[in-house]
Amino acid sequence: MSKQKMKPIWYFVGLNLLIVGGIIFLVGIYQLIFPPEFRKVLFYVHPNIWWGIIMVIFGGAMFLKTKGK
Amino acid sequence: MEAIGLTIVDWLIIIIYFVFVLGIGFYLKRYTKNQNDFFLAGRKNSSWVAGLAFLSANLGALELLGMTGNTFKYGMYVAHFYWIGAVPAMLFLGIYMMPFYYSSKIRSIPGYLKLRFDEKTRVLNGISFAIMTLLVSGINLYAMALVLHTFLGWNWDVSMWISAITVAVYVTLSGLMSAIFTEIIQFFMIWFGLFLVSVLGIIEIGSLSEIVARINEYSPNISFTTLWSSSSDPTKNGMFIHWAGIVLGLGFVLSFGYWTTDFLVVQRAFSAKNLRAARMTPILASFFKMALPFIVILAGLIAIALSIDPKSGFKLLQDGGQVNYDSALPLLISRYYPPGLVGLGVTALLAGFMAGQAGNTSAFNTVWTYDIYKSVINKKASDKHLLWMGRVSTIIGVGISLITAYWAKSFPSIMDYMQAIFSWVNAPLFATMLLGMFIWWITPDGAFWGLITGMLSSFLMYMGVRFNWFDQSIITLSSVQSDMAANFWRAWWAWLICALVTVGVSLFTKKKPKKELAGLVKGLTPEVYDKNIPFIKKPEFYAIISLTVFIILNIMFW
Repeated sequence: MSKQKMKPIWYFVGLNLLIVGGIIFLVGIYQLIFPPEFRKVLFYVHPNIWWGIIMVIFGGAMFLKTKGK
Repeated sequence: MEAIGLTIVDWLIIIIYFVFVLGIGFYLKRYTKNQNDFFLAGRKNSSWVAGLAFLSANLGALELLGMTGNTFKYGMYVAHFYWIGAVPAMLFLGIYMMPFYYSSKIRSIPGYLKLRFDEKTRVLNGISFAIMTLLVSGINLYAMALVLHTFLGWNWDVSMWISAITVAVYVTLSGLMSAIFTEIIQFFMIWFGLFLVSVLGIIEIGSLSEIVARINEYSPNISFTTLWSSSSDPTKNGMFIHWAGIVLGLGFVLSFGYWTTDFLVVQRAFSAKNLRAARMTPILASFFKMALPFIVILAGLIAIALSIDPKSGFKLLQDGGQVNYDSALPLLISRYYPPGLVGLGVTALLAGFMAGQAGNTSAFNTVWTYDIYKSVINKKASDKHLLWMGRVSTIIGVGISLITAYWAKSFPSIMDYMQAIFSWVNAPLFATMLLGMFIWWITPDGAFWGLITGMLSSFLMYMGVRFNWFDQSIITLSSVQSDMAANFWRAWWAWLICALVTVGVSLFTKKKPKKELAGLVKGLTPEVYDKNIPFIKKPEFYAIISLTVFIILNIMFW
């Protein structure tokens, strides 16, 4: 049962950041196309778009690097 | 306050986190077969894994909220907790103390006390640590429910039970390994979930220097934006403390007491795959510790800068006429974060709470199983039985934490006592460990009586001030002081009393033969580790870099 080698923690961290970053990015794109009525301070800098991208890149790199291990 | 509203996307991100941590617990169970796997995570972690877990075990959400709030209250002096209050101790642990801990193959800090001194010192420390851990764990659980209720409007009981059960499930399944895995996920959640607050704060205000300029203009006489330059006169800094209190109380006793002897954090280093990785664990963690003020301290300074500008509309919450400093970080999240990011920020706080809970639970189950159960109750317990006991004590530990949390709910003032609990146990313990590890003629009786006297003196000093038996200025040696300053000074005196009693009793009691102390005391142990590796791969090399960064940061913000 445990003959399969244990996945490294970086695999799980990467997958988590990839999924969550992707969701945040998509919400940012949606709000760019359909701006909400009530807007947070600094809405115009669209933090969810660029922060989501940073998370996807970081998480994706971690996930892909450890996927086969 | 109107609760921070969560959208479906935010809930989705929170649920994904719960699925991950529970899934990891079930995934790792198949690799948890014996007591080494459960209590030491199989001793196969790299220094990066152990190092991030070492740091994250200390990085609870209460600390994030509390330290941001403290920055609002005391100013940049709070950064001392991350720099002088952590880095020298972490480097000392890695360079000088870890070889004795790791090479003696102990499973816990009380285990070292048994080898170096005797059974009674071990049991005394084991029991005091177990009680402290469960109390702190329960109080943290209560505080978590309070925060979630205040800022998110969540039901008190539901949030407490769900997080406690989640922690109980994944720690019971795979022990220290799952605790370490979730701590590392928490580390990344916190950086991605909270660092953006500082970034957006700087964007709104203009620059870092503009933040500092605004605060200095508002408070020209009491410095909130320097580290040392206003420390020679306690009336000139926001913490009302003299530099000697910072150096002796925080930088020496509290810091070394926590980072070198608190099993909650040191246990992570024990899970490293070899001695070099174990020595690198706190050294690597020191770099990330030094970076944390760029989340918490910066957010606190941003909160000050916004609150002194009436046009910003930013104001901390008031509870019964008193400012709720802990509201600074949640209010900044609410101010800047759009949907999705709010979920990430809340997940970061939840992850911090739960990882802290898991850290306490995994430390408790180890100390209970080895230093109390196996040492006193069932000395012949088998490997299989100890693994079972580890799982049972996890569930019982979480149960007691829940009871403590409800107790704290009934008596909210208990929170005040808990803030001082670390200095009751850890400050004297550091004197015992330091003397025991570096002076061979310190005796078992000296250690035992020194430890008891140190803990009692710290407790009595706290109670004496709280119930007005004597004035606080006797402890702080100053007519002006804050609670924080009193904590620092009390820790120093408790350490000194413990050290003096330990040395005094040791002079007149029976010493252990030198041959029994080989591998446990410096000077009686051949230092053969890391001899054949190049200097740039040695822990000492990275410690020098860390120390250099530490000095530069202190000079930059002098």
